[in-house]
Amino acid sequence: MHRMIKEHVEHLLMKSLREDGRKLGEYRKPLEITYGISSKTADGSARVRIGKTEVVAGVKLEVGTPYPDTADQGNLIVNCELLPLSNPDFETGPPSINSIELSRVVDRGIRESKAIDLKKLCIKEGEKVWVLCIDIYPINDEGNLFDAANLAALAALKDATFPAYDAKTGKADYSERTSKKLPMQAMPLAVTVAKIGQHLLIDPTTNEESCIDARLTIATLEDGTICAMQKGGDMELSVEEIDAMIELAQQKSKELLKVLGK
Amino acid sequence: MNTMTTKKKPMKETKKSGKRPDGRNSDQLRDMEAKVGIISRADGSAMFRIGKTIALAAVYGPRELHPKFLQNPEKGVLRCHYNMMAFSGSGERVRPGPTRRSRELGLIIGKALVPVLSLDQYPNAVIDVYVELLQTDSGTRCAGVSAAALALADAGIPMKDLVSSVSVGLVHGDVVADLTKEEEDLEGAVDIPLALLPRLSKFSLLQLDGEISREQMGEALELGKEACLKVYEVQKKALKERYHAQND
Repeated sequence: MHRMIKEHVEHLLMKSLREDGRKLGEYRKPLEITYGISSKTADGSARVRIGKTEVVAGVKLEVGTPYPDTADQGNLIVNCELLPLSNPDFETGPPSINSIELSRVVDRGIRESKAIDLKKLCIKEGEKVWVLCIDIYPINDEGNLFDAANLAALAALKDATFPAYDAKTGKADYSERTSKKLPMQAMPLAVTVAKIGQHLLIDPTTNEESCIDARLTIATLEDGTICAMQKGGDMELSVEEIDAMIELAQQKSKELLKVLGK
Repeated sequence: MNTMTTKKKPMKETKKSGKRPDGRNSDQLRDMEAKVGIISRADGSAMFRIGKTIALAAVYGPRELHPKFLQNPEKGVLRCHYNMMAFSGSGERVRPGPTRRSRELGLIIGKALVPVLSLDQYPNAVIDVYVELLQTDSGTRCAGVSAAALALADAGIPMKDLVSSVSVGLVHGDVVADLTKEEEDLEGAVDIPLALLPRLSKFSLLQLDGEISREQMGEALELGKEACLKVYEVQKKALKERYHAQND
């Protein structure tokens, strides 16, 4: 079965075609974001659709204690759970290695680009800081969860406002929401470039994902600066290939930025 | 929680006053919305929203059950999972992973659905039902049952009846339908989650939290039937929308 899918996908790629008629460097449509999908309970939330792939993300802000080595900074937690609701191959139970990788790749993009000014999440140095939790869930996995998860996380951050801080209890008061936005200072947009045979393509479908020889997720900033990368897949990449992948990612990230809006 | 402060609220204060905190009549449900076929990877799926509570459900199967020792050669197994997304609670983040509560709710959602299925048709197989809460106010298990019943129908699994679920209860001594979180937290409030098999007019889910007389329980069940039938109408409409649209 899998051999037939692979032959089919590769046969199409030979002719620069894909199973859904797209070009190699093209995202599926719709490529869209809905903000505030859980606005009653989440401090920020968003849904991303890339073709039939759908991912939701939500932000919760809690008050906690800082880590000893970053006493003047808030804490950032990025968590992605591969829900068995979204894919027949996902199972219940402790986080699978794939969900850990996805969480960490999204985390790295946000952390290393300093997308959030964590110093501004400090309430009292060494004692109280905001803990920024981003939880990401695929609802329907039709491929390319990496880009969708990253985009959903950024959108939820963009959507978020602080709950009130109750100085008496030293905790967040969720019955009251302020209009204060998160201190965002960068948008680390991740584009995953897949390599199948000799071909480089973006936004792979489930069938295409099953044929990937190598993939590279590249998070870049608006000016093209690279802020995080993750290689996956079982095959090696040449310097030329890596460079071509970066170029493609830089190009496509502009589209994602447009989708995120002002 | 906080019973010391809420205890002061006198019961029956607004008895027969008609209106509730959000302005609804005693038999009125929050506004509802249902959509079938929302997850293409699943064999069946649906969304059910009541007020601000949003439940998503996906069905996978019947498929082979692993690990093998759980298989039953005489009949299939229905496995239901209930999970609140980390940002779906009104307070702090809900820590990921199963809790005693989520496991119990998975169990009772399964018990609410199993009477309409013919599991003896699926030896050694499993039907997996996953319920995810995107946002919660109250009535999450009921929204979950209503969404899951739609997802089972969408999966094309033969069913004797649909399952329609909503809670009823007692607020200030009045029998009311579809309690909000605010109403549930009032002193003396009684919460009775119900699921109805609408054609058979029988209940497949019944829980109760609080104190109630036998007479009022009878009243509550009658109101519950009516309330579940309102859910049923929304469910039927969603199924027709899905399959009518497909036939065009």
